[in-house]
Amino acid sequence: MRQFPISRRFATGLIAGAAAVAAVFGAPFGVDGASTAQAQDLKVGFIYVGPIGDHGWSYRHNEGRLSIEKALGDKVATSYVESVSEGADAERVITQLASSGHNLIFTTSFGYMNPTLKVAKKFPNVKFEHATGYKRVDNLSTYSGRFYEGRYVQGVIAGMMTKTNVAGYVASFPIPEVVRGINSFIRGMRSVNPDATVKVVWVNSWYDPGKEGDAAKALIDQGADIISQHTDSPAPLQTAENRGVLGFGQASDMIKFAPKAQLTAIVDDWGPYYIQQAKAVLDGTWESMDTWAGLKEGMVAMAPFTNMPDDVAAKAQETLDMIKSGALHPFQGPVVNQAGEVVAEEGTVLDDGVLLGMNYYVEGVEGSLPK
Amino acid sequence: MIRLESKGEPSRLFSYLSPVLAMVLTVGTGALLFELMGKPAGPSLYAYFIQPFTTLYGASELGVKATPLILIGLGLSVGFRANVWNIGAEGQLTLGAIAGGALALAFYEVETPLLLPAMMIAGVLGGMAWAAIPAFLRVKFNANEILVSLMLTYVALLLLSYLVHGPLRDPDGFNFPESRLFHDSATMPTLISGTRLHWGAVLAVLAAGAIWLMLSRSMLGFQLKILGDAPRAARFAGYREPKLVWFSLLLSGGLAGLAGALEVSGTVGQLIPTISPGYGFTAIIVAFLGRLHPVGVVIGGLTMALTYIGGETAQIEIGLPAAVTGLFQGVLLFYLLACDVLINYRLRFGRRLAIG
Repeated sequence: MRQFPISRRFATGLIAGAAAVAAVFGAPFGVDGASTAQAQDLKVGFIYVGPIGDHGWSYRHNEGRLSIEKALGDKVATSYVESVSEGADAERVITQLASSGHNLIFTTSFGYMNPTLKVAKKFPNVKFEHATGYKRVDNLSTYSGRFYEGRYVQGVIAGMMTKTNVAGYVASFPIPEVVRGINSFIRGMRSVNPDATVKVVWVNSWYDPGKEGDAAKALIDQGADIISQHTDSPAPLQTAENRGVLGFGQASDMIKFAPKAQLTAIVDDWGPYYIQQAKAVLDGTWESMDTWAGLKEGMVAMAPFTNMPDDVAAKAQETLDMIKSGALHPFQGPVVNQAGEVVAEEGTVLDDGVLLGMNYYVEGVEGSLPK
Repeated sequence: MIRLESKGEPSRLFSYLSPVLAMVLTVGTGALLFELMGKPAGPSLYAYFIQPFTTLYGASELGVKATPLILIGLGLSVGFRANVWNIGAEGQLTLGAIAGGALALAFYEVETPLLLPAMMIAGVLGGMAWAAIPAFLRVKFNANEILVSLMLTYVALLLLSYLVHGPLRDPDGFNFPESRLFHDSATMPTLISGTRLHWGAVLAVLAAGAIWLMLSRSMLGFQLKILGDAPRAARFAGYREPKLVWFSLLLSGGLAGLAGALEVSGTVGQLIPTISPGYGFTAIIVAFLGRLHPVGVVIGGLTMALTYIGGETAQIEIGLPAAVTGLFQGVLLFYLLACDVLINYRLRFGRRLAIG
């Protein structure tokens, strides 16, 4: 038998090819797809940054899409494209949605801002809704949730439940949204436990279960006995469960992934807003606007308080009610930054403009913010 | 016991037909898969493979998506012929994007027709510089270029992340990690108005022609082929391997860098944390799909682009999950490798040694 004449090339090619396939296969299998859009009064399109099976951010937006179908029935058809990267692909997908008869398009990640704006200018008769951005035109609205309100409640729980006085925070990207969440969390924690600190690990991804889980392990090894996360998969919470510490779910109730570890979860509830905006398009009353809704409006909700004593649950509920009623603001003065400077005096509150551009840590956060 | 036995000189015809055969098998498997998922096979396949061609915008997007794949695939195929395995084109693309993009931002409000060419040259140099590291380490210390180039990809992505979070961040952008939008003078003009097809597509076709000439007509092309097929013979003939390693890596790095500069100036229009959805890795499949031949790479690049765009169309029209795209690409590569094996070798069952 002859020698394999191209063995090295062939074998390496196989490995290289396999690596390429692995790279291409970023997303796990999605579940069965959307209902096919046909000639209805209203066609609503969605574009997601992750797979709808991420159990977090994209999953909750998809639940919002399904609630439109449920509420408006035959009058509406919806479709979606999942796992669309935030670069050049987004503009094409949004254009395809706009040119295939969708009248209302939700683009559900910050990185879709400029592509959405470009397409919105080309399709003036189509209404666009961009989540978490700040650029608006006549046919482009923005919307987001005040998730930091829920983080404050989590901080209160963490402050009462921790034994080591150290919480770990698995964070995605150092953008204002995430920094604000970390700050709100530690402020909640310190409101009940002045010695508490939080350690942060950045994983530079919204969805990477492997990295997220590793980050949680590293934090637990450094003494954290409460794990909070601002990434989309249940991996950090599952790690907490396996290591016998406590944690919080992200974007959806993740209790089934961590029945013994989840204290509560921030639950994004986009459904009511999505139904309201779809109805507005049907009624012809849709207008470009900015919506930043929180616990009070129900866009941010909390999963049941579990795995904690009654007094902690009572305190958490009290905090929640105070934020809802406006009696408490997570960033009411005095607010002191990491360097010890007062950024909001007693009796004042950091306004939305400051919160939207927040790029510093408050006291109690360990380490420095990546620049 | 099953053994593979060489057929000797493989059929030239079938070696070229192999990708076509693989494509047909992939489509057949896809039809079966759709039926199993409860989706009608006919309309699904139509949405996936035909519908993107039915509008001018869809067809032009094919070119937009294929441009970086072809540019990178061309460079990689030259190296792969010579057994130089540059797996880090994604990183070289990123460096090209950084170099080109930084220049656009440095000369933000300078109106000059020289800016775009300068950005492209900066992109090429950026990619070359990144590829020079594995080239140097391989030539000097015999370090494995697969590992070095792959690992440098992650360094490049973190460098880009640092830049858009810090020095190159949009001053009016609420601290979000992206640069400001490039000025018009740093935006690649489109070929057809209303589409995003830009001059990069022309560059990709020109590059394919130039590389075809280089491989088929020049001594350098011949040396690369010999180095890949018979490294000992190449050494015996006095070919200088270091020179060829340098050439392969700089060429593939430069083309990947050009692809990166084209992406930021042509389609994205700013620097953002993720410039490429994995073009550098997908281009590896493109190179093999194209039989490491420039014309094949062009066809391979268009085919891969179709699997992406078709996947999006199928999601919108039929509601197929995005994972189908990855599945199609994996199945395609699997069939391609399987066809190659069966064209070059025959299966023998049993223990007896064949004679001949």
